[in-house]
Amino acid sequence: MEGIDFGFGLSKSSSVQLDKVDLTLYRRLEALEPGVRVCMACGSCTSTCTAGPWSGMSVRKVILNLQRGKDVGRMLSCCMLCGKCTMVCPRGINTRHLILSLCRIYEKV
Amino acid sequence: MENKNVLVIGGGIAGMEAARRLLQLGCEPVIVEQSDHLGGHVAGWHKLFPDMMSAPELVEQMAAGLDGVTVYYRTRVANMNRLGSGYSVMLSNGMSLQCGAVLISTGFRLFDASKKEEYGYGVYDHVVTNSDLEAWFGGAPDDRIPDSPARVAFVHCVGSRDLKAGNPQCSKVCCMTAIKQAIEMKEKFPSAEVWCFYMDLRLFGKKYEDFYIAAQRDHGIHFVRGRVSEVSEDIHGHVVLKAEDTLAGTPVKLNADLLVLMAGMLCNDDTQGLARMVHADVDSDGFMRSRDNIYRINESNRPGIFFAGACTGTKTVPETVAEARAAALDIYNYLNGRD
Ligand SMILES: Cc1cc2nc3c(=O)[nH]c(=O)nc-3n(C[C@H](O)[C@H](O)[C@H](O)COP(=O)(O)OP(=O)(O)OC[C@H]3O[C@@H](n4cnc5c(N)ncnc54)[C@H](O)[C@@H]3O)c2cc1C
Ligand code: SF4
Ligand code: SF4
Ligand code: SF4
Repeated sequence: MEGIDFGFGLSKSSSVQLDKVDLTLYRRLEALEPGVRVCMACGSCTSTCTAGPWSGMSVRKVILNLQRGKDVGRMLSCCMLCGKCTMVCPRGINTRHLILSLCRIYEKV
Repeated sequence: MENKNVLVIGGGIAGMEAARRLLQLGCEPVIVEQSDHLGGHVAGWHKLFPDMMSAPELVEQMAAGLDGVTVYYRTRVANMNRLGSGYSVMLSNGMSLQCGAVLISTGFRLFDASKKEEYGYGVYDHVVTNSDLEAWFGGAPDDRIPDSPARVAFVHCVGSRDLKAGNPQCSKVCCMTAIKQAIEMKEKFPSAEVWCFYMDLRLFGKKYEDFYIAAQRDHGIHFVRGRVSEVSEDIHGHVVLKAEDTLAGTPVKLNADLLVLMAGMLCNDDTQGLARMVHADVDSDGFMRSRDNIYRINESNRPGIFFAGACTGTKTVPETVAEARAAALDIYNYLNGRD
């Protein structure tokens, strides 16, 4: 049937198969910054981030994307390592160290 | 009963209800209350969820059952020692008591919202707490509340679920209080837009979800899932909130005429001191430690020392009242040598 043009294509499903997610990056981050486990996705980090509104930087999204097996390399490059997010995190996560740790992981891969 | 005297420390609704029941059971309760009135925090609220019952009327009704109970106002426990099978107590007013059992019903302390400096309580002109708003609903004047606010914002979890504020626990009643108060504000100011900024909505009790549905359906209250990270004040005196709308994944700002902070419930300052006097334990959350948190919530680890109400953790009014009744029966049985 190859080569026949039906006039439409199939778009890829955006659904994430949770049991097939590749958690390699997330596990490595967990080892370097165990605090990542207690994120409650409150968004304080994102809301307070000076770079956020212009660059899309969001610690919350970085963490969530890693937990869903997605790449976050592009977002990381927007962080200025100012540490404001660490000041506001209600779960006391060292988000600045979290980002630094991720940068190290990305350097290695 | 060898010694029918029961010292009740704290005359909030927990202490009041326990004293009333102890009296009915033939005991002789004595209430020691540090303030000048009974009812504790509830005496300062306006209407109680979920029935929107009048809080002052409830306190009044409960007080009517206390005929025959000695109440010492503006009084605290100065000293308390185990003596024989009971306790020997010195009060700050110079009185001394020998009692067979002691009920600790000292309640909670509201989180001091000025400690979350980023929200500007006590600094900006139009920032109040849940407690201030209850007082205002009850008729107390408050200059911080504008005559006709166009936008009102509620911030959940102020001093709760927050390690930086020293309290990782959820205060459990404030989501419900926020929605109740949001509806009440909307009823007072129908043209106002009302916003609730929450992390999770915890509406765990009987008919609580009805309030959430009514807030959405009948009152058009806006819900934003994101924790407010900071608040500033503009030149017009508006409060400007910053948060992330975590469901949309975008940072958001809101200019509001009034900000209401949902201050959480913490253990009382005295908890540690009282516990030390009778060698009772303080739990890891700072509240009094019950023998367990499932079956023996009313009992301490010391003979003759019992608990009721918010001194062991955040409680609603019906939970507090039910515990007070249970504690009264536990004390009665204890004084009669039954477990
Ligand atoms: C803003 C807000 C709104 C609320 N609205 C509702 C509602 O609508 N419905 C509902 O079900 N629940 C509501 N609650 C919960 C309710 O307030 C509590 O369940 C209730 O106050 C608990 O009663 P209590 O007697 O244990 O403690 P408290 O009310 O704190 O009373 C304790 C009493 O002990 C006294 N005391 C403390 N220490 C000492 C001491 N060392 N010596 C002598 N006396 C002492 C205090 O002065 C006080 O009178 C609300 C809570 C908040 C914060
Ligand atoms: S450290 Fe990076 S992510 Fe955190 S607030 Fe600063 S720029 Fe934003
Ligand atoms: S502030 Fe902390 S808990 Fe909140 S989303 Fe960011 S990392 Fe997670
Ligand atoms: S009840 Fe709601 S507002 Fe109160 S601490 Fe819990 S989640 Fe926050």
